[in-house]
Formats: sequence, C-alpha cells, structure tokens
Amino acid sequence: MESVWKIENITPRVRAEYLVQVDLSGIAVEQWCDDSDIKSACPDCKQRIHRVRFPAATFYILLVTVAFIEKAEKVWTRFRPLSLELPKPLFPVAGLPIIYHHIEACSKVPGMREVILIGFYQPNDALTKFINSVQNEFKIQVRYLQEYTALGTAGGIYHFRDQILAGNPDVFFVMNSDVCGDFPLKEMLSFHVQKGGGSHCTVLGTEATRQQSLNYGCIAENKDTHEILHYVEKPETYISSTINCGVYLFSPEIFKTLERIFKKNLEEKYSLDTTSPSKEIIRLEQDIFVPLAGSGKLFVFHSNRFWSQIKSSGAAIYANRHYLAIYRDTHPDRLAKNGEGLPSVVGDVFIHPTAEVHPTAVLGPNVSIGKHAVVGEGARVRESIVLEGATLQDHSCVLYSVIGWNATIGAWTRVEGTPNDPNPNKPFAKVEVKSTFTNDGKLNPSITVIGSNVQVPCEVVILNSIVLPDKSLSGSYKNQIIL
Amino acid sequence: MKALILVGGYGTRLRPLTLSCAKPLVEFGNKPMLLHQLEALVEAGAKTIVLAVSYRAEQMEQEMRKVEEKLGVKIIISLESEPLGTAGPLALASEHLTQDSEPFFVLNSDIICDFPFKQMVQFHKHHGKEGTIVVTKVDEPSKYGVVVYDAENGRIQRFVEKPQEYVSNKINAGMYILSPSVLKRIPLKPTSIEKEVFPFMAQDGDLYAMELQGFWMDVGQPKDFLTGMCLYLTSLREKSPDMLHSGEGIVGNVLVDPSAKIGHNCRIGPNVTIGPDVVIEDGACIKRCTILKGARIRSHSWLESCIIGWKCHVGRWVRMENVSVLGEDVTVKDELYINGGRILPHKSIGDSIPEPQIVM
Ligand SMILES: Nc1nc2c(ncn2[C@@H]2O[C@H](COP(=O)(O)OP(=O)(O)OP(=O)(O)O)[C@@H](O)[C@H]2O)c(=O)[nH]1
Ligand SMILES: Nc1nc2c(ncn2[C@@H]2O[C@H](COP(=O)(O)OP(=O)(O)OP(=O)(O)O)[C@@H](O)[C@H]2O)c(=O)[nH]1
Ligand SMILES: [Mg+2]
Ligand SMILES: [Mg+2]
Repeated sequence: MESVWKIENITPRVRAEYLVQVDLSGIAVEQWCDDSDIKSACPDCKQRIHRVRFPAATFYILLVTVAFIEKAEKVWTRFRPLSLELPKPLFPVAGLPIIYHHIEACSKVPGMREVILIGFYQPNDALTKFINSVQNEFKIQVRYLQEYTALGTAGGIYHFRDQILAGNPDVFFVMNSDVCGDFPLKEMLSFHVQKGGGSHCTVLGTEATRQQSLNYGCIAENKDTHEILHYVEKPETYISSTINCGVYLFSPEIFKTLERIFKKNLEEKYSLDTTSPSKEIIRLEQDIFVPLAGSGKLFVFHSNRFWSQIKSSGAAIYANRHYLAIYRDTHPDRLAKNGEGLPSVVGDVFIHPTAEVHPTAVLGPNVSIGKHAVVGEGARVRESIVLEGATLQDHSCVLYSVIGWNATIGAWTRVEGTPNDPNPNKPFAKVEVKSTFTNDGKLNPSITVIGSNVQVPCEVVILNSIVLPDKSLSGSYKNQIIL
Repeated sequence: MKALILVGGYGTRLRPLTLSCAKPLVEFGNKPMLLHQLEALVEAGAKTIVLAVSYRAEQMEQEMRKVEEKLGVKIIISLESEPLGTAGPLALASEHLTQDSEPFFVLNSDIICDFPFKQMVQFHKHHGKEGTIVVTKVDEPSKYGVVVYDAENGRIQRFVEKPQEYVSNKINAGMYILSPSVLKRIPLKPTSIEKEVFPFMAQDGDLYAMELQGFWMDVGQPKDFLTGMCLYLTSLREKSPDMLHSGEGIVGNVLVDPSAKIGHNCRIGPNVTIGPDVVIEDGACIKRCTILKGARIRSHSWLESCIIGWKCHVGRWVRMENVSVLGEDVTVKDELYINGGRILPHKSIGDSIPEPQIVM
C-alpha cells in the first residue's frame, strides 16, 4: 500500500498544526506548526553572500535561504527533512543553479571583486563544487560563510562584518537567494553613487498589483528623490504598490545602524531561556528598513524588468521560462536548436550537453533538461524542468512539472501539473503565493513535482501531485501528496 | 423461421455514438450490432426478418437493402408512427408473424452472445407452451430484474425487479421465441413486453426459461459495450482465431480491418477493435478500445477503455481513459488528457477533461 496522506481526513485544527510546506528544496516538503510560529521560533536557516571587489569598491551579495529542518523533525518525525543534499539556491533554473544567475549578474558589474555566500547549512559537496566552478568561470573569488544559527536576513551580514569589510569596499550588494530576475545591478550602482554619501542603502523595487503588494515589503517613496519615506513588511492593508525585490546595495555606513540594532536587540531580548530564538537575529526589513525610512538614508531604485520570487515549484517553472527568454539575447548558445538528427525544439529549451535526448522527442517551449538526463523516443516535454540523471522513457509526456534527480518516468506515462503563472491580464501581477491546500483541505492544483529517485511506472497519469523522494509508485495519482 | 428484432429504441445510453447512427447500426467488433444477429438468424434458418423501427427508418432501410441481398433473407421494415415499446411492435407486425403457426424469434438489437437459436427452437418445442425466454447468469442480480424459475423444467414462476434479497441470479437476456398465440395478449399500443406481457404468461404457466451457455452482454451503454467487446474477441479467439490480428506490437486479442494502417513502435491490445480506414500512427498505445471507421490516432498517444467515433482525430501525446467516448468527427488536440469524457459529434476539444464530463 502506498502511504498516501489524504488531506481530506485531517481536521482544520490539525491542518493548521501540520501545514505542509512544499517548495523546491523538497522537492522538499517541510512541515511546521503554524506560520507565526515559524517566523518567531526561527529554525535552522541558511544564508550566503557573494562578494565582489573592483579597484575602488567591493560589493557583496548576500544570498539567503531558510530551511526549517529542525522544526520539521520535531513536528513530525515521519516527515523526514527532504531538503535533499542540494540546497535550494542550487536548484537549477534554465539549466543553471538559481544563484548562478545572481553571480552572473554580479560578474557583469565592473569592479566586482568577490562574492560571499552566507548560509546556514553545512557546506557540502554540491556547494563546494558549485563555488569552484563559478570561481573558474567568472574569475572572481567566491566564499561561503556559515552562520552558527539562523540570524535572520541581516544578522549574518552584521556577524560577518569584518569579512565583508575586508579590503575596504565602497559598496556591496545583498541579494536574497530566493528571487530571480533580470537584475539591473549596474543601473542600481549608478543610482546609488549619484545619491552620494548620505545614502546607506538602495533597495531594488518593482510594481505589484494592489492586492499582491500585501505579500511583500511595501515601499512609499518621495516620487522626485526616490527616498523611501515609509517601509512596511507584508502590511495588512494597502500602502503602496512598489515592493521590495530582495536586492539591495549598501554603503558600509549601514554597519553603524546594524550595530545599534544588534545591541538594542541583545538588551531587549535578554532571557535565560536557551530555547528562545537567537538574540543575534536581525531582520533587515523590520529592524533596519522600518526605522531608516524617512531618514534620508534609504532609497528605492525602480525596475520593471522581469522579477519574481522563487518560493514554489510553480515559480520555478515561471522563472525557468523567463531566464530562458533572457538567454535569447545574452546566451543564444545555451538554447537548443533544431536540426538534422536533433530532437525537435519548440521555443526556448535548454539541453545540457551531457543529456541524451532521442531525435524523435519534442521539447518545449520552456524546458530545461539537466545533466545526464535521458529523454526517450517520442517523449514530449513542455514547460518543465528535468533534473540531473532523470529518465523519461519512450512516449512519455511531461507538462508543467519538475522531474527530480534520477527519477524515472515510465513509457506512455503522463506527468502533468497546473501552471501557477501570474494573471497575464493584470499588469504587474506576480506569481500567486498559493497555500498548499485550499480552505476545504484539498490540495491546490499546482506544478507536479516528482521527487528524486522516484520510479513512476509505465502508462499511468500523475496529475497535480507531489511525490516525495524515493517512492516507487504503482499506479495513477491525482491531486495528492504521496509521502 | 421468422424473427422480429426490436430496433426502435433511441439508444440514449449509447450517446454520443447514437446521435450519428442508429444504435443497431453502430459497429461492434467491426460489424453493425444488428448484423451479428441477422447473420446468426440466417445461419439458424430464418427466412423472414421483421425490423421493428420507430425512428431513423431511412438509414435502417438503406442499410438493410444491402444486407438482404448479401444474406439472402427477406427483411421487412415495420415502422411505428409512435414508439410502441418492446411489445407493441409485435402487434403492429402481427400480419408478418402469423402467416403460419410456427413460433418466431424476438430479439433486442443490442445484445451480444453466441446466439443459441437452434437450441431455442428445440427447447420451445420440447415444453410446447407459448413462450421461451433466454436467461443468463449475472454476478450482481440486485442491479437487474431477475427471473425465478423451476430448475427442473425451466417453467418461470415470477419476475422480481432489482431483488434486495437473493432470489435468483438469472436475468432476461433479451431473446425470446414465442408462439403466434402470444399476440393475443398484446394490444396495439405502447406496451412493455417485460412488464406487461411476460408476468401474465408466467402466471399462466406459459413461459419457460432457457439458460444461455457462454458469454452474453447487453452492449447498450459504453462501459458494457467495451466489456462485451472483450468477451466477443475472446470468443473469436476460440472460434475463428484467423480473424484476429497478429504482428509487431499486437498484444492479445485484436481485431483490425484490413484497410486500417498501424505505424511502428505501437502497442495495440489486448482487446482492441480497429475499424476500416483507421490510421494509428507510430508509437501509439491502445488497450481495450474500439476505434470506429476512418478515425486517426496520432503518434505517442495512449488510449485505454475508450470508444473513438467515426472520423475522429486524436492528437499526439493524448491520454484518454476511463470509458471516454468520442462522437463522430471529434478532434482532440495534442497533449490533452481526457478522463471519462463523453464528447458530442463534430466538437473540437482544446482543453483537458481531467474528470468525467459531457462536452456539448
Ligand atoms: N542566512 C540567512 N538567510 C536568511 C535567514 N532568514 C531568511 N533568509 C533569507 O533571506 C531571504 C528573504 O527571506 P524571508 O524574509 O524569509 O523571505 P521573504 O522573501 O520575506 O518571504 P517570506 O518567506 O514570505 O517571509 C531569503 O533568501 C532567505 O533565504 C537567516 O536566518 N539566515
Ligand atoms: N420498435 C421499437 N423498439 C424499441 C422501442 N423501445 C426500445 N426498443 C428496442 O428494445 C430493445 C431494448 O431497449 P433498450 O435496451 O431500452 O434500448 P434503447 O431504448 O434503444 O436505448 P436507451 O435509450 O439507452 O434505453 C432495443 O433493441 C431497442 O431498440 C420502441 O418503442 N419501439
Ligand atoms: Mg521577509
Ligand atoms: Mg430504453
């Protein structure tokens, strides 16, 4: 018997307690008590910085990810932490790790010297390999600094201040690792420099719909000077449709503010309870931006280029499509072409050179095929990410899905998800951050995720489902999480 | 010998197929349902066959002229001005049924089995009473009207509609042999033979049941149509295995019209019927389906338990399952998923149907 967790069977109370968070790293499914709980009892987090230096300046990029591993374990041990070996920032989108795109964007900023990744996880093979390969490719130093505990979105920056300030950089970038986009870093830099010495930070901002703005950090500005007058993180009511993109440019003066807040926090949070969250946590948005707003030191730089958070597999498919479209201009060589003896390609498709794709297969639009993946005769893939080592057998059809590492999809099997794209009819709409379940406890239709090493048999259909790693399925599944 | 076949129903349960074609003319095992019965009747020595028609008379008439010649049998179309049910048509056609005192067959047009006509005659003559109905064993008698009869001699005691408590597992198989005197019991108005004639004959001790050996199916609805097809192909395997197809990618019992084309790397079967002029492109997988004349199944599609109507076009990488039925000339676009869809004729389907649904 498959142990299928039937969501319907769970009472609302239990559901609140056992909310399941499904995101890329699980291909990772994580679990927690309830939303507010997580926010306060900040569990194991991970974070990284990129740091880049050039003659006059050194920029740092902070890339951060959180994986609530301990929490998950505590709440329900059966629900193994599934954030696999691969940290979420290394999840490949358009054939390359999410943060590869960040680093590439940084490498284009003249004078970028060093990239520092600040994270929370134990560095592992995948991370080391990644760091080595980007160092070689971009010829800049890349380092990983590990936080001893989750320090929040700014705690790590303060904690590693000496590392960041080594070499006296003029400015440094900080980027969240869970966003993607066509980052206008050079433009941000000129804007920041032009604002002069008083500016501590420039925040990259973009437009959202009125309603969606409430899920982001909202920025009210002086329209002429672009000074941020008011900042609220995820407000309850509408403030502004300009939102924080999680990409910042700081001057070293920011450390004065960080130090002040750090000390204040230490005093205020004084307690003997060792289980309480670390006193060194600093939240960049609430602890720093909120007080800095209106002081003439915080500015917003607007961009309406492609930008999205990557918090769900739906967003990954969306990001995949946009990064592939960007390749048309920046890296046409990365896009697969049609030709004699080659698989048919529709629209933008990335095929890793080591992947084996049968010439009768049809791929695209918006498909990425990872390293050593095998795509059989007459297979069809559209709007999907096929990860390293996965096999799609003959005649299989994969639509709006993520196929995990080394997973196998049987012949004539159909794997299909539901796109989670922003509403195309609403200007500035973003990917909807949908909860995993609907109010009546049903799984919200979304991208289908096949976990790593999963075996999907021949001739079945897997629809709007999430299959956790290492399962061998025996039949068809629809709208289910398969544990 | 004479026979009357009831072909006047609207066949609503076999829609959308019956929106384009009268149910008795829908091909079952690559042959109109009715032809299975006509052939078996002729084989058993019937010389005159009355078709009790209430609508679509022209279509029926046209088809029957061809068949008449081929089989060397006289086919009389008895047209009702209003549907007369399952008994009324006998009264209407009584002149044809009473030309001699020999008993005659009455058949529903939508049943499929090894027709036991010769045995029926013997059995009927043996008990010498007014009527014999053929009964067949079913697994779930509570879904049907069952026949309670004397195991020794077959005399029917009563009929019980959808029995809650087990009384019998035999049901009316829709085949009867009746003596002309039965016609006295039937008025010329809409009448049900099952409800308004047989129970009285049973009361009078004039009705006997003969148990059918071998397979039987009422193929009047899609699910049963497919089940019946499996049984029929199995019986072909025993009786005339040469009619079944074999070759690359063919699995189990598969019936293929010689004019159909099947591509490479396909897997067809078990239990598939492919009609004339059908094209199955490379890499398709088809199981437990009937594909009617002129349909095209494009590459890499996967079909199970479906009936694909005449001239339909099923795109590439389509998955269809769970008793989906396409009416005539339906197009299913590439890469769609159709789960239990019933699609009306001439539709073009551009979106998946993930849950069973009727598409108008
Ligand atoms: N190193 C490190 N990174 C963190 C920590 N907390 C959050 N981050 C990262 O900071 C970025 C923003 O994280 P959050 O503030 O949790 O996310 P958000 O974009 O506000 O969205 P929500 O998850 O809805 O709050 C992400 O890249 C996270 O991975 C932390 O304690 N340490
Ligand atoms: N001549 C004639 N035949 C009938 C009439 N009603 C039903 N039949 C036939 O009687 C047989 C048994 O009927 P049903 O199994 O109910 O089939 P149906 O009425 O055609 O189909 P449904 O609409 O699906 O019930 C079939 O062969 C029908 O064609 C009628 O009014 N006149
Ligand atoms: Mg946040
Ligand atoms: Mg009827």
